[in-house]
Amino acid sequence: MSDEVVLKAENLGVQFGGLKAVDNFNIEIKKGQLYGLIGPNGAGKTTIFNLLTGVYKPTEGYAELCGKKITGLSPVKVNKMGVARTFQNIRLFSQMSVLDNVKVGLHNRYKYGTFQGILRLPKYRKTEREMDAEAFRILKIFDLDQEASFMSSNLPYGKQRKLEIARALATEPKLLLLDEPAAGMNPNETAELMDTIKLVRDKFDMTILLIEHDMHLVSGICEQLTVLNFGQVLCQGDTKSVLTNPEVVKAYLGD
Amino acid sequence: MSELAKNSKKNLNKSVQSEITTLLIVAVAFVIVEIFKSVGLINSHVQGMLVPLCYYSIVAVSLNLVVGILGDLSLGHAGFMCVGAYASSIFSVVTKDAIPSTWLRFTLAIILGGIFAAIFGFLIGIPVLRLSGDYLAIVTLAFGEIIKNILGSIYVGYDSNGIHMSFESTSSLNLEEDGKLLINGPLGISGTPKNATFEVGVVLLLITLVVVLNFINSRGGRAVMSVRDNRIAAESVGINVTKYKLIAFTLSAFFAGIAGVLYSHNIAVLAASSKNFGYNMSILFLVFVVLGGIGNIRGSVIAAVVLTLLPELLRSMNDYRMLIYSIVLILMMIFTSSPKMIEYREKHGLHRKVKAGNKKNNVPKDAGGEENV
Repeated sequence: MSDEVVLKAENLGVQFGGLKAVDNFNIEIKKGQLYGLIGPNGAGKTTIFNLLTGVYKPTEGYAELCGKKITGLSPVKVNKMGVARTFQNIRLFSQMSVLDNVKVGLHNRYKYGTFQGILRLPKYRKTEREMDAEAFRILKIFDLDQEASFMSSNLPYGKQRKLEIARALATEPKLLLLDEPAAGMNPNETAELMDTIKLVRDKFDMTILLIEHDMHLVSGICEQLTVLNFGQVLCQGDTKSVLTNPEVVKAYLGD
Repeated sequence: MSELAKNSKKNLNKSVQSEITTLLIVAVAFVIVEIFKSVGLINSHVQGMLVPLCYYSIVAVSLNLVVGILGDLSLGHAGFMCVGAYASSIFSVVTKDAIPSTWLRFTLAIILGGIFAAIFGFLIGIPVLRLSGDYLAIVTLAFGEIIKNILGSIYVGYDSNGIHMSFESTSSLNLEEDGKLLINGPLGISGTPKNATFEVGVVLLLITLVVVLNFINSRGGRAVMSVRDNRIAAESVGINVTKYKLIAFTLSAFFAGIAGVLYSHNIAVLAASSKNFGYNMSILFLVFVVLGGIGNIRGSVIAAVVLTLLPELLRSMNDYRMLIYSIVLILMMIFTSSPKMIEYREKHGLHRKVKAGNKKNNVPKDAGGEENV
């Protein structure tokens, strides 16, 4: 882990009508870190993801990726700057093959013109071949290469989650946002997912911010945690001290 | 690494294979018809249907690009066809003397008709593609009707003073004596050379198929399909949604325009009425697409051919004609969409698993930007 700050949010906040969904949110994530964002339901975790990926525009504050401002940009531009994400409710391209899902993720890295594609010029063939090789390389890491020609909606749930991560990584991001990756998984699948996330961090040298409810997963892989409650930061620090903090326990379990 | 290379090659070949099959089907059908024609097995009724078969197939393929690949419902394709028909007809009438070579003139007319329709598709697409689902269908329907109604009521002529236009009557154009009437209001354009032949039609259909299929299997096509399947996810991996929606819509309008060129160069008088360019037509095109299988390009061609020929072939059993027509519609629906049939076809290799498959999720749906992200 280096000291380079990948994501920095300062005083980030958004207001919907009179409701402050997120208020005064600060975070600093260093390169290679596995950072967890936890909190009870409705605390504003996904809202923060939407702020960081350009789905919502903040009403206060800003966020920076490697020193460049990313808040206020469109989702497409934010992705091009180097932020990729997965979704709480899986959003795959369900009618496309597993391979094509990843190739859509490669869209902005391997380019040729629309007409070059229609006319099947040499550039098309060359680029498509490179895309296929790269897509298979990524699929292989996630152990999905055998299913490359399957329609993505036919994959079992756990593999759909993996494919979504693979697709996000295909855009070659600097920061990966995972929104409840273990939701709906059984303990075995969760354990496998933990290995996958660790693998992604090591293999791609990735910085990861993840939302999760599964405390087993959070305490197992996250190095740092931020706890959110009612849109505000309740507690921030390394995993062990945060999880034993009495206020955090209170927020989760009640008085 | 060699395994990866093999995989990638296999993948490329698969799309090429299916494409060639589709083209071969059209080519074989063409050869069979030509043989029948030379032997004299085809009566004049059916012979008159040959060019319509081509333009209906082309427009069905082009509409499938919007409905099946982009996942948006357009009911304005008769309007784009109308634009292509008028633009090319005017061009052919005006340059009849200036360009003596039929081939050159007709080729230019085809390109011009397509480009004009594409421009209309582009301009209409910019505001319209912000909508989705039923709303988009209604607005495209309205634009189709507007195009048809304007072209059906405009009077255009030209003389030494330039071009004259009016919405009232021929006399209000105030043409000089040497003036020539181009569009005669509801009576339309007459004197378009009858250049459209079955052979030209088949060539254009093949070109349409090659372009559309190549587009679908390219980077742009994948981007379009990703927008169809999940707009929010597409944005999150950096796909410019508006751009790819517009590309697909414009390309589709281009080919609808080319179908219009074939149409206008196959009849003596081109008039924009609700019979030929009305919304009933757009719905008929949609029937071709839905029955052929949404997203299934080959199916569109087959459905267009069968459903165009059927009423003609059933002419002899006059009373039962529409009855049989509707039974065929139902049977085709079962064949293309029932899960059991899809399973059967998959088993026997008649079906591409990846591209079509579960039709249920494939219908145009609301992209719904507001839902829980």
